[in-house]
Formats: sequence, C-alpha cells, structure tokens
Amino acid sequence: MIAQLFFYIFAGVLLFSAAMVITVRNPVYSVLFLILGFFNAAGLFLIAGAEFLAMLLIIVYVGAIAVLFLFVVMMLDIDFSRLREGFQKYAFFGLCLGLVLLLELCMALSHWKMIPPASVVSLTANVQHLSNTEALGTLVYTHYVLLFQACGIVLLVAMMGAITLTLRDHSTSRRQNIARQHNRKSADTLELVTVRLGESVIEHGGILRPKGSYDEIAAPGSYGVEESKCLYKEEKGE
Amino acid sequence: MGVPSLLNWAVALPEIVLTLAGSIILVVGVFLRRGKRFFPVVILSIAALLLTAFLVFLAPSGVGYSETFVNDAFARFMKLLIIIGGGAAIILSVSYRGDEQKPLPFEVPVLMLFSTLGAMLMVSSINLMALFVGLELSSLAIYILCAAGRENVLSSEAGLKYFILGSLASGLLLYGISLVYGYTGTMEYHGLINAVRSVDALPMGLVVGIVFILVGLCFKLSIVPFHMWTPDVYQGSLTPVTAYMSVAPKFAAFALLLRVMLESFGGIAPRWALLLEAVSMLSMLYGALAAIPQSNIKRLMAYSSIGHMGYAMMGLIADSVVGVQATLIYLAAYLFMNSGAFACISAMRRKGYEVFGIEDLAGLSKTDPGMAAAMAIFMFSMAGVPPLAGFFGKFVVFATAWQSGFYTLVAVGVISSVIGAYYYLRIVKVMYFDAPVQAFDRPAPSLMFVSGSMSVATVLFVVFLGPLMTVAQQAAVALAG
Repeated sequence: MIAQLFFYIFAGVLLFSAAMVITVRNPVYSVLFLILGFFNAAGLFLIAGAEFLAMLLIIVYVGAIAVLFLFVVMMLDIDFSRLREGFQKYAFFGLCLGLVLLLELCMALSHWKMIPPASVVSLTANVQHLSNTEALGTLVYTHYVLLFQACGIVLLVAMMGAITLTLRDHSTSRRQNIARQHNRKSADTLELVTVRLGESVIEHGGILRPKGSYDEIAAPGSYGVEESKCLYKEEKGE
Repeated sequence: MGVPSLLNWAVALPEIVLTLAGSIILVVGVFLRRGKRFFPVVILSIAALLLTAFLVFLAPSGVGYSETFVNDAFARFMKLLIIIGGGAAIILSVSYRGDEQKPLPFEVPVLMLFSTLGAMLMVSSINLMALFVGLELSSLAIYILCAAGRENVLSSEAGLKYFILGSLASGLLLYGISLVYGYTGTMEYHGLINAVRSVDALPMGLVVGIVFILVGLCFKLSIVPFHMWTPDVYQGSLTPVTAYMSVAPKFAAFALLLRVMLESFGGIAPRWALLLEAVSMLSMLYGALAAIPQSNIKRLMAYSSIGHMGYAMMGLIADSVVGVQATLIYLAAYLFMNSGAFACISAMRRKGYEVFGIEDLAGLSKTDPGMAAAMAIFMFSMAGVPPLAGFFGKFVVFATAWQSGFYTLVAVGVISSVIGAYYYLRIVKVMYFDAPVQAFDRPAPSLMFVSGSMSVATVLFVVFLGPLMTVAQQAAVALAG
C-alpha cells in the first residue's frame, strides 16, 4: 500500500519534471528539472528493488552528467529562445505526427500479450541467492563481457572523434612551454615607462607589448612573430 | 544462458586481435613525430587487417560469450568481404591529399580499423544487444570519418547530416529491439525464432518492433525510402571515406538483415517479404532514375549504391538457401566493382586538386588509356554486361527471385537495370568518344594497385565463380539451412 503510494508520487513528479524539461524557457531551470527527474526515477528503481541501479543513477547521472550539462549551459552563451524560433511554425505538424504515433502505440499496447514461452524464459542465471550488485556484476562482467568490452571501444572511438574533430593544432596556435614560463623573470616582461602629465599611451606608440618574451613562448607566426626571431623552434604541423 | 566455462573466447579471436592492434597503432601514432605520422600508421593498419583476415580462417566455429557471438561459415564469408573492402579503402587513403595538399590525420586509418571491428561484431551477433553495440561502434567511427575533412564545409555537412539522421535511425532500431524484447522476453535469435513459431497470430507490438528494426537496418543500407542522406554524405566525405562507407558498413548491415530476418524471424517470412519486396523495387527504380541527371560522379555512385542494395535484397526476399547464396554472390561482385570504381575516382586529380565532374573524364581514353579501360570495366560490370562480375551477380539474384515466384520483382529489376545501364554507359561514352580535356595527374601507385587488382577480379570473376558459389552455399546453409 505504502509502496503504491510512493510509486504514484515518484511517477507523477517524474512525468511532471520531464514535461517541464522541454517546456521551460530558461535552460538552467530545464537542467534542474532534469536532475529532479533523475532523482524520481531513482526512487522508482528503489521501489522495484533495484537499489544498486538507483544509486548508480544518482551518482552517474546527477553527480556527473547533469552537473556537466549545467556547466555547459551556463558557460556557453546559447540563445535558446532563438533556437526555438521555428517551434511555432512546426508545432502543428509535429503535434499531428506525435498524435499518430501515440495512437499507433496505444493500438500496439492494447493488444499486449507476451508470447507464452516468454514468461518462463529466465534471462539471468539463478540469482535468488545473489545480491543486486552481484547479479548485475555477473551479467555485465561475465556473461556479457564481450558487449561490455565493445562498449569500451565505442567510448574510445568517441574520444578519438572528439580529439580529431576539434583539436586544431595549427602552426600558429600558442602552445605552452612550461620550462620557459618558469624561467621568466619579471624584468623580462615588465617595462617601466615614465609618462608625463597630460600624455596618453598614444604618444608612446600604443599599449606596449613586452619585448622578446612573446617570441620566446609563442610558436612562429602568432602575433606577427617572425620565424627567424622566434627562439622556440618546432616541427611543422601536419 | 551459458555459464562462464562456456565463454569459448577463441571464437572471437580475429576481433580481439583487431582491437589490440587498433589500440597499439593509435598509441604508436601519437608518439610518432608530427608530419610523419600518417604513413607508418596506414602501413601498420593494412598489416593489422591482413593478420585479422588470416585469423578469420583460424578462429574455431561455434557459439561463445553466453550466446552473444557466433562464428560460422556465413560470418567468415562476410568478414572476409568486409576486410577486403576496408583494406581497399585504407590503401586508397595512402596517397590521399586534401585541398591543402597535406596527408589525412593519422586517426583516419585507425578509425577505419575500429569501424571494421564494429562491422565484424555485427556479422557475428546472435543477440540483439550485440547487434546494437556492433552497429553503434561501426557507425560512430563513420560519423567521425565523414567529418574528417575539417577544412571542407561539405565534409562537415556530411558528418553532421549523417550523425543526426543516423542517431535517429539508431533510436528507431533500439525502440524496435525493446518492443521485440518486451513481447518475446528474449533477445537471442534462437529464442526469438522459437517464440514466433510458437504462436499462430503475432502480437501487434512484435510486428511494430520488427518493422522498426527493419527501418533501422534499411537506413544503414540506404534503401529507399531511407536513402535521403546518401548523396550528400557520399559527395561531402573524403573520397577514401566514401569508398569505405559504400562497402564495409553496407555488408555488415546486410549480414545483420540476413541474420535477423532469417535466423530469428525466418518462420514468418511471408509476413515481411512483401515489405522488403516493396523497398527493394523502390530502391532499384529510384537508384536508376535519380542517377540520370547527376553530374558529380560521387553523387552518381551514391545513387548507384542505392540501386545495388535493392538488387542484393532480392535474394533475401526469396528466403531460401539459394536466395542467401545469390545475395552473397551479388555482394562479392559489388565489392570488386565498387572498390575499383572508387580507386579510379580517387585518381581524378588535376594539379593536386580533386575533380568530380563527369565531364572531367572526357577523352580519358586518349590521355590515360589504362585508367579509362579500368573505369570502363567497372561501369560495364555495374551495368550488368556479361562476362563481368556484375552480370553474374544480377543473374543469380534474378534467377532466384524468378524461381521463388516473385515475377513483378524480377520485371522491375530488369527494367531498372536497363535504365541504369544508360548512365553507366554514358560515362564510358564520355571517356571514349568525347574530345579530350586536360589530362589528370599521374595516379599514385596505391591507386593503380587497387584499380588494377579490382579490374582483374571483375574480369576474371567467371573463373572463380565456381569456388565462390561453393563457399557462398556453405555460408548460406550455415544461416538458413
């Protein structure tokens, strides 16, 4: 009885927050609702007796992914209201499509009948005596070890993709040379200039750039540094 | 559900070795000096593929990894085709230079290796989960490869377009898998076939699930009406990537389609045969008609591949050992002529810049008779002119479909191959009868190697047709027997 009550509470809040994620205008609120949704989904898992999955959902999704997402939303200056400009135009068409899909799903689900052998098929080995975590571990690391490893390769490929597609290692990009940075003294970079009353920087040739020190740390080509003057030589990029 | 002692890890030996080789090559590439990375990496990648191909023969047959992975004659046959296609694409990338005349990023051959790995996993999957993981591995690598030409707007467009549409298709596929799982309670193919055979009337949800799985796979095969991405992605991607995309992932998706439809839903073939018949006819007709106004040869090849996938599907619809055998023969013929044609397309360069216009080929027979002859062989073969490879491919699928009583399908196939012959032969006409324009650069030895060997294979297809038929029959028996 009490479990049923909690089920309806969790499920209701989950549906509400899921709807809010896609309807609120402010993207930060949207991410916060997403986090609320994750918490409620974790509650549903708890009711189903999958406590390990519930904790995993909170640690991984709330702890890492949603917070990361929040960072991205706050750091990137994306005008989400402009992204949604086309929404009104396509709303009717989208609604129609959604309605058709919903009707089809209702039709499909109203005939819900599991194929008879399905109810007797046990997907897992006999796990009565195992704890939740143990059962999951056996499945993931023993039975489906091939799939687990293949998922690892998928992640490796995704990482390679992110690096290949975004790392722009041009000859003009400024790379760090930590040893040089550490060796710099204030005299190398600071220059004291006496400016008389009433004069501005214009009379002194604009804002002064430190002499030489850029040449030492910058790669050839950046900030108009000529290659011959550059102390920090390097291979040509590919 | 198998127990750990039944893990039988040796069945996946080629995949394990390819994974290790790919990771090692990646690390080697990172530690090499900048600007000198590509060539060693590409040579190592080709060596890794050769080793994998060798291991495909050595790996024992059987089921392993708790009923998720199988190694049988069919898997071996498809893996070899995939490795040949992937290897040809990697060889094409050796001499490839972008518009800035620099070699490709060294990640490209490594990504092709991982994509090949995904394709091999797909071929060997006997579980819907393994299917999905393999498909994602293979596709994810291809999304990245498509966008690899970063200085090129078209390449970025191709990558983005393929990524968005591909994710949508993956979503549909996953949804279909979840429906099938929900109604049958199993994801293993042999469990599925028992489940669908045990009932008289299929539940509605299961049918929806099967259709969604079909849609997801047809997208990867660029079968009409899920083909919209193909011309843009083929045109925008770098030429070696296009060559890769048109072969290895297509074969893997076809292997999946054969395995899923025949191994798990084989008992209910009459129910899905009509659906596949319709998309097959549409693909053949669309591929033939839409290619006619094209002036860009890569777009033309895109429509051509749409058509070819339609022809290859005819064998699947026949739902028999002979049908599978016919499809396998067709795919083998397609592999040779397609890889060869892309080698010729890669050689279309003037002063280091790629050109893709069909009119750029004008008078090629005067300026470069060898390349013109090779291209003519591939075009004749694609049009289905005897005694080249494409003719035998078309012949076996038509014969099988005719014997199984799909007369309309055969009629549409014959009509569309006659229409298709027009645009293939137009290229030959442009090469041999038009006034020569400026000559192309001298093709790199790697391109000459691929186009030469593939044209030999296309011409001499008839010689090894007999043994190929035998091998394909063994593969088909393993699958549908």
